[in-house]
Amino acid sequence: MSNAELRFEPAEMPSNVAELRAEVRAFLAQMRARGVYQPGPAGWAEVNRPFCIELGKRGWLGMTWPKKYGGHERSAMERYVVTEELLANGAPIRSAQAADRQNGPLILHYGTEWQKMTFLPQFASGAASCAIGLSEPDSGSDLGGIRTRGVRVEGGWRLTGQKVWTSSAHYSQYMTVLARTGEAGAQRHAGMTRFLIDLSWSGITIRPIYHMTGEYDFNEVTYVDVFVPDEMVIGAVGEAWQQLSMELAHERSSPDRWTAQLHVLTRLLDHLDEGADRHARQSVGRLVAHLWTLQKMSASVAWMLERGLNPSIEASIVKDLGTHYEQEIPHMARALVGEGERAALPEDDPLVRILKYNLLFAPALTIRGGTREMLRNNIARGLGLR
Amino acid sequence: MSDMRSILADSAARLFADLCTSQAFDKAENGELDASAWKRLEEAGLTRATVPEAQGGDGADLGDALSLVRGAGEHALPLPLADTLLAQWVLAAAGLPAQAGIGTIGPVVVPGKQAANDALALTRYGDQWRLTGTLYRVPAARHAGFLAAIAACEGAHATVLLRGALLQAALTRRDINFANEPRDTLAFRDLPVDAACVGPVGGGLTAEELRFLGAAFRAVAMSGAMGRVLKLAVAYATERVQFGKPLGGFQVIQHGLAVLASQVAAANAAADAVVDALSRGAAHFEIAAAKARVGEAAHIVNGLAHQIHGAMGFTHEHALHRSTRRLWAWRDEFGTEAEWAEWIGRIAVRLGGDGLWPFLTAEKKQVS
Repeated sequence: MSNAELRFEPAEMPSNVAELRAEVRAFLAQMRARGVYQPGPAGWAEVNRPFCIELGKRGWLGMTWPKKYGGHERSAMERYVVTEELLANGAPIRSAQAADRQNGPLILHYGTEWQKMTFLPQFASGAASCAIGLSEPDSGSDLGGIRTRGVRVEGGWRLTGQKVWTSSAHYSQYMTVLARTGEAGAQRHAGMTRFLIDLSWSGITIRPIYHMTGEYDFNEVTYVDVFVPDEMVIGAVGEAWQQLSMELAHERSSPDRWTAQLHVLTRLLDHLDEGADRHARQSVGRLVAHLWTLQKMSASVAWMLERGLNPSIEASIVKDLGTHYEQEIPHMARALVGEGERAALPEDDPLVRILKYNLLFAPALTIRGGTREMLRNNIARGLGLR
Repeated sequence: MSDMRSILADSAARLFADLCTSQAFDKAENGELDASAWKRLEEAGLTRATVPEAQGGDGADLGDALSLVRGAGEHALPLPLADTLLAQWVLAAAGLPAQAGIGTIGPVVVPGKQAANDALALTRYGDQWRLTGTLYRVPAARHAGFLAAIAACEGAHATVLLRGALLQAALTRRDINFANEPRDTLAFRDLPVDAACVGPVGGGLTAEELRFLGAAFRAVAMSGAMGRVLKLAVAYATERVQFGKPLGGFQVIQHGLAVLASQVAAANAAADAVVDALSRGAAHFEIAAAKARVGEAAHIVNGLAHQIHGAMGFTHEHALHRSTRRLWAWRDEFGTEAEWAEWIGRIAVRLGGDGLWPFLTAEKKQVS
């Protein structure tokens, strides 16, 4: 690994960082005042397309992309600051998130001019969502074993297979799908291609998979002989694996890996008062020390990305530490505010509402975007052990 | 890191590596000071890095000083360099003259309190002063040529400088930390102090500020030490063969090392963020958060490193304990992770939920 000392140099923040933060905070206050959103138990994971359209109008989706593709040509660090502010303040960005963070950059790096002109402006407007189709019934972490298959036909491909645990597919217009199109090779990393799918095409069935929290975000998406025209292939045929590495570095170091439970911590702070006992102060103070450290690390990785480095190991470290910290938050909150205390609170008390949801949601944090075990394999590889 | 700083750190690191021999460690473990090794640090100018240029020093800023402290921590340097740099800094802050030789500071810890100016009291006596009080857990006091301490003075505080025989006469108890580094007790009772050895009343650092700086020094040293522990653990897992393959070939060991490395990364990030914040002024919150985070990391790092080293790492002959014992010692000094977490928690509760994020992202944090 190039960064054998595991240093996370403090990021050079943009010179307008304070103004940017203030702009985002003022925008969010305005959105709340206009009733576009109210903070909910899921924090930034609330689905709210009208909000995302406002975000697009404000120029905060596709921020770094060229203007001719609907972007705004801002720096990666400016985008980082805006993203961090939106996420830390629980702004409901869910329906635009995957397109802005992953699918958009994927098309920008590997896509054709036609793809960029056609799809990036839709993503940057906040009007279109794009799901990510990687996992399958028999391939979760083991992506090399996917069975969804693209078969060459005149003018394109015929796609058949099944993707599962696909977030957002039921309200998305598009989905990027990883499929096998050739020989797997010894490492099983060869012969995979990424397709951009319009979910309105015939042969596609979307079925809900409910979370154990009772909510609906996951889907099973089945493809039967779906015709995919050649112009919807992203990058070179058979080279999707290489594309995944950079995509996952973006995903794993993103602030959403340590801000999904921040609203639990802040509502806990509201609940505690100055008379909070020593144990409570120590518990929340420790979490704040973690949060501060994670924010520094995450910004540092964003800065590595801006400088053209490939911080794949560093990103894995941030996600592993971030999700471990996040899982502690609801656990800590329920231990500090016992059942008796909660019973005496009104039903719509924010902390009570949040605790009911977040404790049950927490197990997902160390699974989505790469399980803890896959991340640790990756870190061990960086240490030269694999 | 600036070029000058990295040149300084690199050349210091070469000297530290040179000085950190088994014999040097054995000597230190037995409570002896390796005078010739100290002399080489002096000759290299490292002991006077924080002395102002007007007094013939390097006038290094805290960031430069901390790059030396990190290197010393990484090598487990068995010499009181960090405390000497801190002592010179305390003197300079109070406008007192720089001193030759080994320096130390106080108060490091005050029984029953987290920081207090009144561990020592200075009272005027004619044109002299008198010093009364007790300092506990003073680093390398028995070897020190001078002490820079903060005392209560006329309703405020002042820095007092004590030298040579006066200092040694006050030594009432010799003790050590987990790494066998000397941590002694100094007791003063109406000790006459020359006016030239007392800084301006109300000037220089307060005891609380000394505690913050000390915590920053320890946090940075610990991040260096943890880097060494990671290297030792990876090297051992690569070399040691059991069941026909290197330990590092087992996934359970790989994951242990991944967790260890992640904690080292967090400690590095926290320590580097403190250096960055100090370059922009007071960094109380950052220091508190870093000492809390680094202290927690030390527990995990040491636990995993010893587990992976098996019985071998528990032996005196293996180098691992030179670093792990220092980590256990340093995480307690200038505030444990629990003490700093509580300090942060008090602020966080006062800020409330909506105040937390704006506070964390503010360039300068008001914590009073």
